[in-house]
Amino acid sequence: MQLTQRHEEYWSRNLRITAILLAIWFVVTFVVSYFARELNEIVVFGFPLGFYMGAQGALIVYVVIIGYYAWYMNRLDKEYGVAEGDDE
Amino acid sequence: MSTAAFSQKSFTEQLKKYYTFYTGGFFIFLVGIAALEFMGVPNKILGYLFLLATIGLYAGIGIMSRTTDLSEYYVAGRRVPAVFNGMATGADWMSAASFIGMAGGLYLQGYDGLAFIMGWTGGYVLVALFLAPYLRKFGQFTIPDFLGERYGGNIVRTIGVFAAILASFVYVVAQIYGVGLITARFTGLEFGIGVFVGLLGILVCSFLGGMRAVTWTQVAQYIILIIAYMIPVVMLSYKHTGVPVPQAVYGTVLAKVTEREKELLADPKEIEVRGIFRERAAALDAQIKGLPGSWETGRADLAKKVSDLKGSNAPAEAVAAAEKALAGYPASADAARTAWTAARNANTARAAPPRPHATPFPGATEEARDTARLNFLALVFCLMVGTAALPHILMRYYTTPSVKEARRSVFWSLFFIFLLYFTAPALAVLAKFDIYTLLVGDSFADLPAWVAAWSKVDPKLLSVVDINKDGIVQLAEITLGQDVIVLATPEIVGLPYVISGLVAAGGLAAALSTADGLLLTIANALSHDVYYKMVNPNASTQRRLVMAKALLLVVAIIAAYVTSLNPGDILFLVGAAFSLAASAFFPALVLGVFWKRANKAGAIAGMLTGLAVCMFYQLTTYPFFTAMTGYKMDLWFGIAPISAGIFGMPAGMLMLIVVSLLTAPPGRSVQEMVENVRYPVLGNEAKQGA
Repeated sequence: MQLTQRHEEYWSRNLRITAILLAIWFVVTFVVSYFARELNEIVVFGFPLGFYMGAQGALIVYVVIIGYYAWYMNRLDKEYGVAEGDDE
Repeated sequence: MSTAAFSQKSFTEQLKKYYTFYTGGFFIFLVGIAALEFMGVPNKILGYLFLLATIGLYAGIGIMSRTTDLSEYYVAGRRVPAVFNGMATGADWMSAASFIGMAGGLYLQGYDGLAFIMGWTGGYVLVALFLAPYLRKFGQFTIPDFLGERYGGNIVRTIGVFAAILASFVYVVAQIYGVGLITARFTGLEFGIGVFVGLLGILVCSFLGGMRAVTWTQVAQYIILIIAYMIPVVMLSYKHTGVPVPQAVYGTVLAKVTEREKELLADPKEIEVRGIFRERAAALDAQIKGLPGSWETGRADLAKKVSDLKGSNAPAEAVAAAEKALAGYPASADAARTAWTAARNANTARAAPPRPHATPFPGATEEARDTARLNFLALVFCLMVGTAALPHILMRYYTTPSVKEARRSVFWSLFFIFLLYFTAPALAVLAKFDIYTLLVGDSFADLPAWVAAWSKVDPKLLSVVDINKDGIVQLAEITLGQDVIVLATPEIVGLPYVISGLVAAGGLAAALSTADGLLLTIANALSHDVYYKMVNPNASTQRRLVMAKALLLVVAIIAAYVTSLNPGDILFLVGAAFSLAASAFFPALVLGVFWKRANKAGAIAGMLTGLAVCMFYQLTTYPFFTAMTGYKMDLWFGIAPISAGIFGMPAGMLMLIVVSLLTAPPGRSVQEMVENVRYPVLGNEAKQGA
């Protein structure tokens, strides 16, 4: 079928949130690790920050990213009328 | 729609009830075993009880989930609720390497080992953003299915099947190896027999019920493995900090470990022991330089010593020792070079000061540190992209009832994986603190019982030898294999044997569940993609199921056979699988959804290029292969062969884009398929049924 303007808008909003979350993922993973040595100078609760980010911080951010994406998209589905039947 | 929604809801309620009972039952079982131990039943019997009870349990679930329905067999009927699919994915994902090896790897490598922690969790971000919801909307049975449908024709499907089998097979061999190892160590059976006992355990889960049976056993296995992982760590944390939440409090312990590392670095006794190793390495080095002459004089010296001792009526033990030394002497100058080089490298490694745990990318020079950092980032990248391309994981998102549930399910998957990966770094630090402060400085006369017990099992796991003969344990005198950390923690804390048994059962659950998922992936690629889609599209449902089960059996036997040949380095095998999957699948899958212009020619060129580059790099740089072929290439930018995907994936993606642009865009029907995949429901199309 022909896509409506609403459909195009849904897809571009999806792309936008995907890009934003991917950027966060990239920074937390690669930029933070790249500067891990420098970040280790900062100590929080006994943890050197660089080490903490690799061992726990990044993981927490990943869980939050995925949780937020699921919440955001499921809401977007409803807003644009592309949600599946209520299967809850 | 409302009746289906209602039945899905009551199905979920029922599942919750079953698994709550199951978890309760498992705790009662543990108490029972503990009671038996208290009554003096020998450990070996307890070990068998654990093995039989858990495998029996999985078999029971497997038999109850038997099915003759295709959709049940391939995708568990597409009604697995998000939370349960998350647990199943967690068990599917966490292998023997994660469960047993991870904490030990972190113990040995410190910060640099965190590449695995980040890589094996962050990949799920890519799964969530790029793949899971779209694959669920597509809603077929396998990953090559998607490629075949999206790009058209059998060539892409065939390459997909080939890559899926290659990556999964390499990985499954590593799992069956783990199963064999645990079974062997735990029951005293031989490794070869352990492999086949483990194989039986794998087959009872998957043979009768395919994906449906595997899903419900994996949920059960997840529950066992997470309980088994947490109990010892919580106790260890309580022992050292008084707080039973290891993840929150190990920062203070880490600070103490860092303090202790500085002491040990400057300790004269430690320096003495490291000096002895350096001398030994230098002596071996001189011998290697003197080859082949040094080999001949060495052998002549030993022979002379034997005859001298015999002539002088020396005690029988001394003669026997000398004869043994002569018999163990390398058979040729070439063999001597190999043996001595290995010994020299081992001694050089032990002469090195302890690696600071919290320091990223340690190295002697600025250049070495930069290379270490580059390798860390490359490994993280390969593990993440590989995660988002391994067919046995992606397949799991076909089993949820809807796109919405698929998105949630990725969240639950990562959450359940996170529980273990978040804890492993804490275990590594706590174990290190225990060993650095309690074992180091102990006298050899009264070593803790667990040290003696584990060094008896296998000196490669743990060995403590008084090198400088001062009667006190120095850190440099301890060698430790990475698996021992998780396996020995219950004994380090002084927990009863029932907990050790539990840990072994957890390791077994981790290895079995991963092996199940992988075997099913391979067998399904053969039975669905090759047999049904290419060879015999008119096959009846019954015939397809018979084919699927027969192939599962054949693949399982071949995998067990290859494993029993004992092929090298497990960690490399696993890493290789990730790089291969990343290079072959990731570009074609992601661009297949996000770029309508990607076409068949591009996909073929991209997948083949990715695979070729990745395999070429591994074959020409990894010592195991270069020794076989005799051709060795210099590393590119110093990147280790395990991270070959860092070259393969971008090369594949670039090739896919370039070739697609040079050839005609795909037809209208493909464009429509892509649009259809992008929206959970598109316009007035029929609702995708269960």
